[in-house]
Amino acid sequence: MTKKKITVAVSGLNNTDNPGPGIPVVRGIRESKEFDARIIGFAYENLEPGIYLHDIIDKTYQIPYPSAGIEPLMQRLEYINSIEKIDVIIPNFDAELFSFMKCADDLKKMNIHTFLPTHEQFEERQKSNLPDFGKKYGVNVPFSRPIFGENEIFGLTADFTYPLLVKGKYYDAYVAYNPEQVRMYFNKIVSKWGLPIIIQEFVHGTEVNVIALGDGKGNTIGAVPMRKQYITDKGKAWGGITLDDMNMLDLTHKIIGQTKWRGGMELELIKTNNNELFLIEINPRIPAWVYLAVGAGQNLPEALVKLALGEEVKPYESYDVGKMFVRYSMDMIVNLEEFEKLSMNGEL
Amino acid sequence: MKIKKNIAISDNGFIFDSNTGDTYSLNPVGTEILLLLKEGKQLPEIQKAILEKYDSDNATFEKAYLDFISMIRQYHLTEE
Repeated sequence: MTKKKITVAVSGLNNTDNPGPGIPVVRGIRESKEFDARIIGFAYENLEPGIYLHDIIDKTYQIPYPSAGIEPLMQRLEYINSIEKIDVIIPNFDAELFSFMKCADDLKKMNIHTFLPTHEQFEERQKSNLPDFGKKYGVNVPFSRPIFGENEIFGLTADFTYPLLVKGKYYDAYVAYNPEQVRMYFNKIVSKWGLPIIIQEFVHGTEVNVIALGDGKGNTIGAVPMRKQYITDKGKAWGGITLDDMNMLDLTHKIIGQTKWRGGMELELIKTNNNELFLIEINPRIPAWVYLAVGAGQNLPEALVKLALGEEVKPYESYDVGKMFVRYSMDMIVNLEEFEKLSMNGEL
Repeated sequence: MKIKKNIAISDNGFIFDSNTGDTYSLNPVGTEILLLLKEGKQLPEIQKAILEKYDSDNATFEKAYLDFISMIRQYHLTEE
């Protein structure tokens, strides 16, 4: 079968100890039997390792930070598209999703396809809206509420017992055992991600995750449950294993079916000793451990590209249980000229 | 007592709980006992099978067996 030539742009090239999903997404697309893809990387910083992985990323362009607003982003994308003729963009950072969702119609006019959650889906699963989400869809969620100032910290004992979780709007989560620790984490997260800070009940149990892809009509195109086996000090999975857990899959189908989720997602769950599942977070994009799903038999990045292109996608019905991933780090040798080129021209 | 359906037991004693992702390793006797339990055998049959094969007595076996059972219960390998 002749492979279809397409150009796919991805962000999240930061394959560091806090890895972005870009590189594993690209590995999935590169393994596609249907697509022969030219891969364009979108980078925010000039030391994102993916920029220099030339056998994975064909060409990288720097793009403006989400805080710069929509207009500079669109201008940059127009420039990049004039050279690359992009077919599909897969944004991989939570913080940039809003901008890309907002640009989606304009991108479509440029013949660039995306497959992202709707604004409503994106908003209602925000950490600060999670209790309402749980109520609306009949899903167990730990009690949580947003706080906006340090002065609210000492009053938390009215609603919470220690330990509790202190979470940022987009990233970061810390377990705090007393008000002093809450204050410390509050300030740490505010300086990085701004307000609000989410305070969440600490549920005892094992953290488990599901990667899934919804077609926007209520169907689950694929879903693979996983347990982290090796966790870094940033709480990221450095090793994991696929699970055979019907409850986790049922919950995933229920959430995707009810929300009609469109695009990739990661469910972060706590499984208690009584086998109850609590939803602690929905990440509205493909997670960095997506290559485990590919290895277990579900090429979700390929399926996402097909959905974006409007092609019919048959849902995956199985995956290999007990398939593991173990990350590694590797030193790349980079010539200063490459770093210079990216720093000065914004492309490499 | 039954071993959970989703417990995979390799002949070399490697145990995988596909529901939790936990893995364990057992010595040969433990492996034999777990495989017999997985087949649905109960204490009298297991005791007979092990004592026919190994040089031990009923009292020693029962004590070790009960310790073993309490351990696999603790690790949630049983259906109860």
